Amino acid sequence: MSEIIKNGQIHADEWTVLRLAEGDDAATVALPAGRVIVPLAVWLARRETLAAHADAGVLGVWLAGSDDPASIESDLSRLQLIAVDFPKFADGRGYSIAALLRSRYGYGGELRAIGDVLRDQFFYLTRCGFDSLQPAAGKYTTAQLEAALASLRTFSEPYQGAVDRPEPLFRRQPRPAAQKAQA
Amino acid sequence: MYQYDEYDQRIVDERVAQYADQTARYLAGELSEDEFRPLRLQNGLYIQRHAPMLRIAVPYGNLRAEQLRMFAHIARKYDRGYGHFTTRQNLQFNWPKLEHVPEILGLLASVQMHAIQTSGNCIRNVTSDPFAGVAADEYIDPRPWCEIVRQWSTFHPEFAYLPRKFKIAVNGATDDRAAIQIHDIGLELKRDAAGNIGFRVLVGGGLGRTPILGEEVASFVPWQQILNYCEAVLRVYNLHGRRDNAYKARIKILVKALGVEEFARQVEAEFVHLKDGPSTLTQAEIDRVASRFDDPVLAPLAADEGYRARLADDKAFANWAKRNVRPHKLSGYASVVLSLKTAGIAPGDITADQFDAVADLSERYAQGEVRVLHEQNLAFASVREADLFELWQQLRDVGLATPNIGLLTDIISCPGGDFCSLANAKSIPIALAIQDRFDDLDYLHDIGELELNISGCMNACGHHHVGHIGVLGVDKNGEEWYQVTIGGAQGNGASLGKVIGPSFAAAEMPDVVESLIRSFVDNRKEDESFIDTVRRIGIEPFKTRVYAERDARKQERSPAHV
Ligand code: HEM
Ligand code: SF4
Repeated sequence: MSEIIKNGQIHADEWTVLRLAEGDDAATVALPAGRVIVPLAVWLARRETLAAHADAGVLGVWLAGSDDPASIESDLSRLQLIAVDFPKFADGRGYSIAALLRSRYGYGGELRAIGDVLRDQFFYLTRCGFDSLQPAAGKYTTAQLEAALASLRTFSEPYQGAVDRPEPLFRRQPRPAAQKAQA
Repeated sequence: MYQYDEYDQRIVDERVAQYADQTARYLAGELSEDEFRPLRLQNGLYIQRHAPMLRIAVPYGNLRAEQLRMFAHIARKYDRGYGHFTTRQNLQFNWPKLEHVPEILGLLASVQMHAIQTSGNCIRNVTSDPFAGVAADEYIDPRPWCEIVRQWSTFHPEFAYLPRKFKIAVNGATDDRAAIQIHDIGLELKRDAAGNIGFRVLVGGGLGRTPILGEEVASFVPWQQILNYCEAVLRVYNLHGRRDNAYKARIKILVKALGVEEFARQVEAEFVHLKDGPSTLTQAEIDRVASRFDDPVLAPLAADEGYRARLADDKAFANWAKRNVRPHKLSGYASVVLSLKTAGIAPGDITADQFDAVADLSERYAQGEVRVLHEQNLAFASVREADLFELWQQLRDVGLATPNIGLLTDIISCPGGDFCSLANAKSIPIALAIQDRFDDLDYLHDIGELELNISGCMNACGHHHVGHIGVLGVDKNGEEWYQVTIGGAQGNGASLGKVIGPSFAAAEMPDVVESLIRSFVDNRKEDESFIDTVRRIGIEPFKTRVYAERDARKQERSPAHV
């Protein structure tokens, strides 16, 4: 069982991420037992049958960088977990997808970053609305993950608004004007 | 210039701590090469041919004396005694050790400086008019707007891993001195009919492999909405820009693929959701940022008689004043350009002693303020006319008074093959050879305005596409060759140069430039400039002359003639 960071703390993870292998058909692929996060294609192909699993809180959906979050807009209220995949950590589409899910579509459930998720991006990820972070299995030891929690607080007062703090610094804090010296 | 408040300072301090930790983990083997690369790049650290190169941000080209002294100190302690100003108004050190970078960043932070986002696929240093606040043709001071964009883009969590780098430039004067048409976003300050401030927004400019001039996506975005609008542009780009091919990943390729109307439509569709949101700017915030620019309070002075008398009786001083002194919005003052284009020295290079000298002179004559031009020169924004003669003498003593601003020897050049591992060919020796050939000052002044830009490869760091004469290093079977373009221009009437024909060997380059110049001198009307002549008569006459004279040189040298 891998470890994830959720709401700033380390938790054992109970979910399995289903990835389609070459030749797998979204409509028929077998789902692993237990809590499972399925690709968007599986959800779209089998929404009728999977809805009950989602409602029971044992099925989540993951989006790839090329997926449009608008395609699950109407399902957001029944999904307790949505994940966004980072095939490479430098592929930053997931940041915008997260921001859209949270601020445009008002998604309030668990939003998880999966894939190539590294501690040096934790700060940006949480700012964009991810409340759970799942580094690849075996990427970090528990001790390293504990050390990595510090990365969630790298900058104490960022300038711009984002999902975690929608107001920019100039609205959050009174920033003083300079006293002009009179010539 | 802008003075940090406690929040600005805290952010750069926290950055130093973050980067020190990342470097330590890299050196300990916890971070792989691939994992560390974007982190160091977003801190301006390239690994180039001989050593790492550290690029330090000079936001919109504004510096003050204590910062120059810190450059001098860093140059002496961590480099080989010099630095290099770039075409994006930044400063580079060519020889620091990777292990020393956190320490250097700590020193920079102590004088309100950093290297944040000076490289990498993120929003880069905002650039602007180097004469902002003092130019006679300015209608709105761009600096507070630049600073607002700088703060918004610094560590923007959504846009740190874009498909490719992203550059924003802002201009607020009649003359476009910020090259807004060759930026990913070009912002032109303007007023609507009612006098309200807003921005004309250009998107999709850029040089590199596929040079493209930016196109207008919005004719007027009210200032309150400008961050929301930029956010919409960036979100569309972040989601839809190509990530499969680094050469096709700039926003200009997306804009071309969609067509500017469709791109603008997608931005608009995003913008409607962001409009009036929390990032909407307030008058209080604009006023606050503007108040933190501690501009000197200058009173207009009578035009200085002594200055005019000197001009009349000292030809060397007059030559310098003609090229290196610019009009100021206040009477009795002028702006002064310090040339970093001296024979025998790589364009943009400056020694530690010169950093110190510039700092001292800026305090004596220019209220301690220094500007960086994207043409790789420095400037003092406000100098009293009465001080110009004395300043000139002192600049001469430190080799910063070459009277060649805007002339042929004021060459823009990238570091090229001497430093850069991506280079096809060397740039600096070509620049030096051309400067050496055109060492006659009267001839140079007679040729008049001419911009010659050199890049060592297609990445176009030396802006060769927009040089009146552009030189591009190309690789032919492992040998260094140079392709020549003419007719490029930056600024208001920006245009991309056209290739004149097959490329040349390094040794031929001064001759080639000479042929171009002779052709110009024979064809020009009255005091027409080189670029105007090219525009009037086209590239053909230049081309014919260059290759005819090249053949003649070959004939002369061939053994048959001996
Ligand atoms: C020596 C290390 C350097 C390396 C490895 C390097 C690399 C690159 C690369 C790969 C690009 C193309 C990016 C793209 O088109 O997406 C680029 C563009 C650029 N570089 Fe450099 N560069 C270096 C130094 C410099 C220096 C010293 C300057 C200033 C003199 C500079 C100014 C620029 C500018 C202005 C562009 C933008 C051209 C555009 O708009 O496409 N670079 N550089
Ligand atoms: S243009 Fe090419 S050679 Fe010159 S600095 Fe840029 S990448 Fe290097």
